[in-house]
Amino acid sequence: MMAEMMLRAKRIFSLVIKEMLTLFRDPKGRFVLISPPLVQLFLFAYAATLDVKNVSMAIYNEDRGFHSQQIINRIIGSSTFSHITFINKESSIKPMIDEQKVMLVLHFPADFSRKIEARAQTRVALLLDGRRSNAAQIVNGYLADIINEYDLKLQSESGNTQGILNIIDRNWFNQNLLYMWYTIPALVAILSMLISLVITSLSVARERELGTFEQLLVSPLSPYEILIGKTIPAIIIGMFEGGIIWAAGYFYFQVPFTGSFWLMLFVLFAFILSTVGIGLFISAVSKTQQQAILGAFIFMIPAISLSGYASPVENMPVWLQYATEMNPMKHMLISVKGLFLKDMSFGLIWQNTWPLFIIALITLPIAGWTFSKRKE
Amino acid sequence: MNVSILTALIRKESLQIIRDPSAILIALVMPLILLFIFGYGVNLDSNRLRVGLVIEDDNIAVSGLVNGFLGSRFFAIDMAKDKRVFIKPLLATKLRGIVIIPQNFSANLAKQNNAAIQVITDGSEPNIAAFVYNYSRGVIDLWLSQQYQQQSGMALKNIELQPRYWYNPELKSRNFLVPGSIAIVMTLIGTLLTALVIAREWERGTMEAMLATPVTNLEIILGKLVPYFILGMGSMLVCLLVAIYLFHVPFRGSFLALGVCSAAFLIASLGQGLLISSVTGDQFVASQAAIMSAFLPAFMLSGFIFEISAMPWLLQKLTYLFIARYFVTELQTIFLVGNIWPLLIRSTLAILFIGSIFFLITAKKTRKRLE
Repeated sequence: MMAEMMLRAKRIFSLVIKEMLTLFRDPKGRFVLISPPLVQLFLFAYAATLDVKNVSMAIYNEDRGFHSQQIINRIIGSSTFSHITFINKESSIKPMIDEQKVMLVLHFPADFSRKIEARAQTRVALLLDGRRSNAAQIVNGYLADIINEYDLKLQSESGNTQGILNIIDRNWFNQNLLYMWYTIPALVAILSMLISLVITSLSVARERELGTFEQLLVSPLSPYEILIGKTIPAIIIGMFEGGIIWAAGYFYFQVPFTGSFWLMLFVLFAFILSTVGIGLFISAVSKTQQQAILGAFIFMIPAISLSGYASPVENMPVWLQYATEMNPMKHMLISVKGLFLKDMSFGLIWQNTWPLFIIALITLPIAGWTFSKRKE
Repeated sequence: MNVSILTALIRKESLQIIRDPSAILIALVMPLILLFIFGYGVNLDSNRLRVGLVIEDDNIAVSGLVNGFLGSRFFAIDMAKDKRVFIKPLLATKLRGIVIIPQNFSANLAKQNNAAIQVITDGSEPNIAAFVYNYSRGVIDLWLSQQYQQQSGMALKNIELQPRYWYNPELKSRNFLVPGSIAIVMTLIGTLLTALVIAREWERGTMEAMLATPVTNLEIILGKLVPYFILGMGSMLVCLLVAIYLFHVPFRGSFLALGVCSAAFLIASLGQGLLISSVTGDQFVASQAAIMSAFLPAFMLSGFIFEISAMPWLLQKLTYLFIARYFVTELQTIFLVGNIWPLLIRSTLAILFIGSIFFLITAKKTRKRLE
């Protein structure tokens, strides 16, 4: 019994060694392991931002008075707006927005200052480009803050302190709302998934294309041993790659890591295990490496987009929210963000990790079954 | 140019597309998945943000404010008397924020003594955090001015900011995401699929065989590109119908403008695919190159989801090199605004300019390869 176990372990070990060698000896394999993750790390880190800055705006000021100028000075002083154009006729507003020269136009009426002096109500019109409604809403918030503050200042100067209410805004875990603190943890998940999927989906398809899969099947290895032998290299390389992004995030991009090192390794392991089954399944049903890569690609797009990364899960229709429970990325994102920024405890991490094991428990046997079926 | 040769080539290529599982995956499965994702899945409109409301002040005066939060269409509110109840859910990302109405709040407000409301957000998702704050401020402001008006009969604020969102007054992110996703679908067909298929011909040597026949180079290229052009325009049409009839995205421009802009984009995109295939001559490298130089930029550097103006300076300039940037703007404009000719003409010229560079380099490369 013991001897057989040893033999089994030895067989699997040699397969693992063989898999690793194939991966690193093949220039194409090396290419896939190194350059796409690097390009994506930098591209995502800098480009994938819903931050709002460097906004272009136009101001149409019909008022010649003091107060509109005061507000304009505050806008110029704010760091959000980098290009401010002044226009002098109403008819220029539409083309400015239509041609996307500016995101918004602020319009002060002619009697603006006069009405303020007379303590009467006045209004400022703000026209925003609905094609960019997400950013436009946030900018609207900034301008509302600026104008409110000015209004309050006027009121308190005139001795009216009624209705003064402070809203104390505290952003936990990421005080300054740096978007990169959001992107980098997500990238640890995205890129380690990408790698483990590509490795596993190519592994069987490559052997099939080269005709060596038959040889593997007639070897003493059982289909499940083959499965394990193909799983281990993907886990090792996936975790390694995840670790590199993790280190780059901490040392290069300076994102804080507040959680436990060992918990992170545990979570990364569970996550990669859950994606390996999917990759092996793709591999088992593909005839060529080409199809395998495309299959992995087709799985990746929804897995990333519907994980809560691109937009919150609770914004989806309810039936789709249930479907995301099957998406390993959805669970992983909560843990990895939690470990980077929130110092999440084991209890909370476990809530988002056991689903990953369930997914692995379902997908790995299916992949193994597909293998043995192919054997017949 | 011989028309019968050309039709024969087009027929051959079309049959190949239909019989190739990779082609079906890219041209049919991917577009449907993408439309599904951007129609249903990705939704930037946070309408039901789950927020914990802590009411430490038992005074009846705050009930109006509480009702304001409960009635807001942007929030799904959980209530408690103690802040500690909500800390764990906030850590677990079950809550997006906590709003605290502190003890003595109404007393302080009445005494004009530094009344304050605390808004705590989950900063680990910065975009949502900004919305939690914005919407909370909206609710609080509204309540405060109503309160003031009732008591003193005067308006609280002298200056009222009146925002108006043009072209998308309901603020649906779907209205710009679905048109934008057409650019990605056409990139997949124009660049990824074409690069793959032609690279395969180079890899197998059938391209050389073709070039050695009496068929002219132009006929070969056209024979290759025309079926993919038709495929791309066809998928654009399907996306258009899905966008209008299933997702109810407004369509304010003209079909002619959409057709012309799409055709220009598709031609340039095909040129890019052709260029990639002739430079790499290897399916695997071609697919990676197409994903990196066309698919990812169409996704990330086109303004489709991520605002270009918020990117670092160098990256902003880099976006001008990618045709998807111009096309995404055109699509969003044709759907939501209408035929804004200065913008459409400028963008189309840029696309055609970049496209013609692709074709020029390809022509040079192919000639060299054969020598």
